[in-house]
Amino acid sequence: MAEGPDRGARRLPGGKPKYSVFSLMRNARRYHQDWQQAWRAPEPKKSYDAIIIGGGGHGLATAYYLAAVHRITNIAVIEKGWLGGGNTGRNTTIIRSNYMWDESAAIYDHALKLWEGLTQDLNFNLMFSQRGVLTIAHSWHELREMSRRVHAIRLNGIDSDILTPDEIKKLVPIINIDQSIRYPVMGGFLQRRGGTARHDAVAWGYARAADDLGVDIIQNCEVTGLRRKGNQIEGVETTKGFIKSPKVGCVVAGHCSVLGDMADIRLPIASRPLQALVSEPIKPELDTVIMSNAVHMYISQSDKGEMVLGAGVDKYNSYAQRGSFPVPEHMIAAAVELFPLLSRLRMLRHWGGIVDTCPDASPIISKTDVKGLYFNCGWGTGGFKATPGSGHVFADLIANDRPNSIAAPYALDRFQTGLLIDEHGAAGVAH
Amino acid sequence: MLLIDCPHCGLRDETEFACGGEAHIARPLAENAITDAEFAEYLFWRDNPKGVFLERWCHTAGCRQWFNAARDTVTHDFIEIYAMGSMPASKAGKAAFADAWRRNTASEAAAKPSSKGGKS
Repeated sequence: MAEGPDRGARRLPGGKPKYSVFSLMRNARRYHQDWQQAWRAPEPKKSYDAIIIGGGGHGLATAYYLAAVHRITNIAVIEKGWLGGGNTGRNTTIIRSNYMWDESAAIYDHALKLWEGLTQDLNFNLMFSQRGVLTIAHSWHELREMSRRVHAIRLNGIDSDILTPDEIKKLVPIINIDQSIRYPVMGGFLQRRGGTARHDAVAWGYARAADDLGVDIIQNCEVTGLRRKGNQIEGVETTKGFIKSPKVGCVVAGHCSVLGDMADIRLPIASRPLQALVSEPIKPELDTVIMSNAVHMYISQSDKGEMVLGAGVDKYNSYAQRGSFPVPEHMIAAAVELFPLLSRLRMLRHWGGIVDTCPDASPIISKTDVKGLYFNCGWGTGGFKATPGSGHVFADLIANDRPNSIAAPYALDRFQTGLLIDEHGAAGVAH
Repeated sequence: MLLIDCPHCGLRDETEFACGGEAHIARPLAENAITDAEFAEYLFWRDNPKGVFLERWCHTAGCRQWFNAARDTVTHDFIEIYAMGSMPASKAGKAAFADAWRRNTASEAAAKPSSKGGKS
């Protein structure tokens, strides 16, 4: 999508050019005290054509594509806290599309292609960096399974290369490839188009562009109920009163079962904490994202110089936005052995986000039994990478009341038909 | 780190335990008589409350015995630990059992021995 001669050209409306080198100089003289608001802070209207619940990356992307692609601009995004304050601000910002199953390849590569032009689309620097994502294998079995997966991924036209330990050492000089350690590096596979992006900027960029197209973004407004009349959604009860709408899209991470219960919609979801931590900043040492499924570890270095580490998901349900200590402890033990220079690094921050996990580790993008009520949830541990693709296909589902070919396999009825998209073994462990 | 009061071994660290998810999901006896949608309630649909949750735990690195617990998913507080096959005794545990949407599902009705086709 972003390849070819139009790379860099803006293809979608929204996000007026308000920033320039001149505005930067002008504001520098005023000590950056009075930059213009990037989006308005409106009070909710009595009714909208569509309401999006959840002001994270996925929700804001949905609102933006509804306005920019489908020209539905009388919409509101309702957010309980502040924009991007949930899992959008809590993830480890990894972007890749090297998933095994065709359905996953379709949606994650759709997202990756949108990422490649997104800074231009939104006219907002997302600091998107295609630095490559390397997944390591620690046993012969894992390496063989990995090469089977790499071939499947390549058949879907997604770049993927198997690397030997020596090639990995060349790419990542700080890694320990000694074969005597607990989790030795036996090989790995690299997606060069993968990378990272600035997570806050994704929320801000979508919000700014959506607001520019007339979308009302309402923060500090909690949804307390979903009102339905028979089989049709009527609107949402909020802490700022009732808001009427014939279409409501639920795009929340961590609370989709709570929202589902409000409309008697049942979901196959378990909400669990996922933890991450960052170190003090150090000089540039790591220009690739490294993941290990076996030890549930992923690491990258942010542009500020912090080492960003993420762990596996906790083992019991929680809504507490904090995890249990043994999980990062296990991950750090393996990380220090693989990257000995981490051993004397101090960790600055450690947090948890609540992720909604599905039995097959794939998301739900679906209509429901209630007409006009749509769910986009269950992204589990890997939602950030899908943000643009998720919003793009969900906007299409809401606008046309039918899923497109990318979204169709993710309907809720797959748990009745048995047509699961089982990414647990293939990709669902570490993201 | 949670300290979990195993009914057989006493207080132990959470690393010794495995969490088995939602408790009191009865397998439909009339599995051939119910629809795929109803069987999905048993197989995939899960209660995921923000608050008191009835769940199963196993002391995998200890006595290897299963037990039930009523736990708050916001505070992580264990309200009650009770034996497999028994019902919660605490007020919060009883309320959580009675209020769960699963009580009104066709799959749970089909799990009762008296249900249609229950002898099969």
